[in-house]
Order: sequence, then C-alpha cells, then structure tokens
Amino acid sequence: MSRPALPNTCDVIRPTAAATSISKWRNGAVLLFFFTFLIWSYRGAEIDLLQLFSRDSFGQILIYFNKLMPPDFSPNVLHEAMKGTIETFAISFMGTLLAVAIALSVVFFASRNLIFSGLLYEMEPKQGWKRRARMVPYLAARCLLNILRTVPEMVWALIFVFLVGLGPFPGVLALGVHTGGVLGKLFGEVLEDVDPQPIESLQATGASRLQILFYGILPQVLPQFISYTLYRWEVNIRMAAVLGLVGAGGLGQRIHIAISLFFEQQLLTLIMAIYILVTIVDYVSAYLRRKVL
Amino acid sequence: MFLDSWKRAGIAPELFFSTRGRESLWKFLTGMIPPDLSWSFLSLMLRPALETIQISLWGTVIAVLIGFPLGLLGTNTLAVRGILNDAELQGAPVRRSLRYGVYLMARGALSLFRSIPEFVWAFMFVRAVGLGPFPGVLAIGVAYGGMLGKVYSEIFEAVNYRPLEALQSTGANKLQIFFYGWFPQALPNFVSYTLYRWECAVRASAILGLVGAGGLGQQIEISMRMFNFNEVLTILIILFLMVAGVDYLSAKVRALL
Repeated sequence: MSRPALPNTCDVIRPTAAATSISKWRNGAVLLFFFTFLIWSYRGAEIDLLQLFSRDSFGQILIYFNKLMPPDFSPNVLHEAMKGTIETFAISFMGTLLAVAIALSVVFFASRNLIFSGLLYEMEPKQGWKRRARMVPYLAARCLLNILRTVPEMVWALIFVFLVGLGPFPGVLALGVHTGGVLGKLFGEVLEDVDPQPIESLQATGASRLQILFYGILPQVLPQFISYTLYRWEVNIRMAAVLGLVGAGGLGQRIHIAISLFFEQQLLTLIMAIYILVTIVDYVSAYLRRKVL
Repeated sequence: MFLDSWKRAGIAPELFFSTRGRESLWKFLTGMIPPDLSWSFLSLMLRPALETIQISLWGTVIAVLIGFPLGLLGTNTLAVRGILNDAELQGAPVRRSLRYGVYLMARGALSLFRSIPEFVWAFMFVRAVGLGPFPGVLAIGVAYGGMLGKVYSEIFEAVNYRPLEALQSTGANKLQIFFYGWFPQALPNFVSYTLYRWECAVRASAILGLVGAGGLGQQIEISMRMFNFNEVLTILIILFLMVAGVDYLSAKVRALL
C-alpha cells in the first residue's frame, strides 16, 4: 500500500504503514494456522460431509427416520417410559443428596479461612507446627475434591457399574460423587468470601470456633448453598437421563435397550419422554429463579 | 419422597460390604495403580487424544453453521418486530404471519436440538452413519448448534438500538444495517461464548466415545471391558491434562479480545 501522501485528515490517527503490515501479517498467520488446523481435523475426524449428502447415505438416514415413525404409544411402552422418567427423577434426587452429603463433609476442611488462616487463627504463631499440621487435611480435601470433579459422570458411572452391577444405583453413586466434587468447590468459594465482620464481633464476645461456625458463618452461606444445590440438581436430572446409556438405570438404559434390540418406534417414544422432561425442568427452574431471585 | 426415591433408585450400600463387592472394589483400586505409562501404550493413545480435539473442533464448527442461521431467524427483533420491520410489515398481515411462522419454526428446531442430550444424538448417529469419530462430530454439532443458536439470538436481542436507528435514518438498507450496526456489537460476545462451548465440546467429545463415537471415550470403554484399570487411570490423566490445556488456551484467547 504505497499511496502518495495526500493531505488527508482521516489519516492522522491511522497507525503507520509498518505497524499495519505487521498486524496484517500476524492476522494472516493466525488465520492460516486456524485453517490448516481445520483441514487437519477434517481428515482426522473422518468427516465426510459430501458423503453425508450423497444419495446413498442420505437415503439411509431417511430410511432410519422412516423406521422411527410413528412413535409407539401402546400402553405398556408408555408405562415403561413413565417408569423410566420417574426413575430418572429418583436417581437425580438421591444423587444430589449424596453430593450434598459429600460436599458438606469435605468442604470445611477445604476452605482456607476455616482451616488454617485468616481471622480465626490470627492469634496463633505463624510458623507453628500446628499450622503445618492443619495444612494436611486442607490439601487432602482439596485433592479429593479435584479428583471427584475432574472425572466425568459418565466415567464414574462406568466404574460403578463394574463395582455394584447394572441398575439405577451406580447412576446415583456416579452423580453423587461427581456432583459432590463440583459442589465442594462451589461451596468452598462461598465459604472463602464470607463477610468477616460478624465473625470478628462473635470472636470479640469470646465465642469458640464451633460457635462462630454455627452462628456467624453458616447463616451467611446457607442461601447460596441452597441455590447452588438446586442448580446442580437441574443439571443432574438431565445427566441422569443419559447415564443409563452405560448401564446405570433411568430413561437412558431403556433407550439403550431399545436401540440394541432395534425397537425404533419405542426409541422415539423414549426420546420424546426425555425431550418433555428436559423442557419441563427448564421451564420450572426458570420460573423458580424468577420467583426467588 | 425420600423413601420412594430410595426404593426406586435401588440404593443398596451393603453391596460395598459384601464379599463380592469388597473383592471387586479391591481389584479395581489395586488394578489402577500404578498407571500404565509405558511408551507403547502412550503412543497408542496419542491418536485418540488428537481425534478428541479434532472432533470437538469440527463439532463446534458445525454447531456454528447450524446455530448462526437458526439463531438469526429465531431473533424476535430481527425477524418480526423492531425498527427494521415496523415500516415494512405495518399493513401486511400475511407477510407478518409468514415471518412469524418462520420465527417459530426456527425456535422450535433450536429447542428440539438442544433438549435431546448429545449422548442420545451420538447414539442415533452411530446407527445412521456407522461407528467412528464422524457421528461424534455430528452429535456435538447438532446438540451444541441448538444451544449456540439460542444464545446467539439472546445476544442479538440485547444489542443497543441507537446505532441501528441512526443507520436507518441515513437510508441504509437492511443488510447494511445488519453488517455495520448489528454484527459489530454482537461479535465479542459471540466469540467468547463460542469459545466457551468449544471447551465444553472437548469434554463432551472425550466421553462421547463411550457410546461408540470415537475419541478417548472409546478407549476408556475398551480398557474397562478388558479390566485393564491401569490403562483407565492413564487415559483419565491424559483427559485431565487435555481439558486443562484447552481451558488455558481459551482463557488466553479471551484475554486478547
């Protein structure tokens, strides 16, 4: 871009030619990298969009959809779908309860201001062995929560199916363990930014640490604990519907059976049940959130 | 409700304390340690790990391709109401209802796409196009397309209308208004939300393999079936590192914006 220098007022704030060309180069390089990455991925993921729309496989998909239609609404299928939905609900409920139990039993060790630093401990000598001894449960709790959280629910479900056999129980355990890790982290964050003033005034009246916990900290954090728990419950209902695909009960297991046995019309009924369940949960939670918040 | 759920969910904690339960638990825990870090196994896992990233990337691309047009059509202020359409649709009930029909259809499609979980989509696509990473890509594309479309339309509805009115008063046509007034406002939110979805897609594509759609999940299932728990632990470690890496990368990109 070598233009003759015209007395153009618009040019005053423009960056110099060198700067523009550098940023152009950089943008170009980023774009080039991105597109190479895309093409490499296209081959790696064995994507074949052309094949998808070719007559052969598109016809296959159409045939499949024709097999799905119409949904099977015979009473015993509907009964089964209903039972699966209720089971899904039960799994998510018990799983969330287990998660709260896990989170509450671990979280007080995993928040920094309750276990070794901050107001509660400012009277203790900084370098004492007691402080170091307190680090141990703190780090252990942190580590445990991280492990629980990082392994996805599906993998937990697979593991628990191996440990306790097929059925809804491994689903409950999987949801409980994973969500326990997530809630532990969320609760810990809430605990770490409580308002220190009530704690300080309680301390000034000579309250013990346990008293401070029950009268100064818990009342502050409880509303947030409850709202996080409800949010995770909503997520869990959705998850419980699909955990069954690896054999952990609920609607998912019925879907798995229907797919494996080629009962396509029942499959459509079950998918519709999931759709209805998820939509209802969406609406109810949006409604509740509007009401409460 | 508690008791009913307890019964329906078939909760039986005693299973862990029965001899069989204890045995399998012990077998699992001892089998996991130490993780299998031998070179041959790691190099075998390299391809599925890369495949997971590739699935997530193309899944997100397809999700954008599905979500963007449907999101546009599903935006109330762009398709039916608002300053763009007021003058045009004032005295034309037929056109208005036609537009409204398109709007409702786009909304319905988006809600259908996102309400059916990606696992179920993956299961169906495995049936339709066969095993491998491709059904995973399609499943993520469709399910995330629904979510992205909804969020895109929310972003579009939340733009500031002042610049649009100003453009309109200068006589710009609809396309010009869209590209110069609407799109630049929405772009930053767009990019950051799409990146966030990509992170989720990496996680999802890693476990979609459990139902036969390629990536690391398939390897987890194979190792689990063959009771090679040390391999399971290795794959979980790889998964953890990958997710952490993607988190870091997308945080960097978002900081640039």
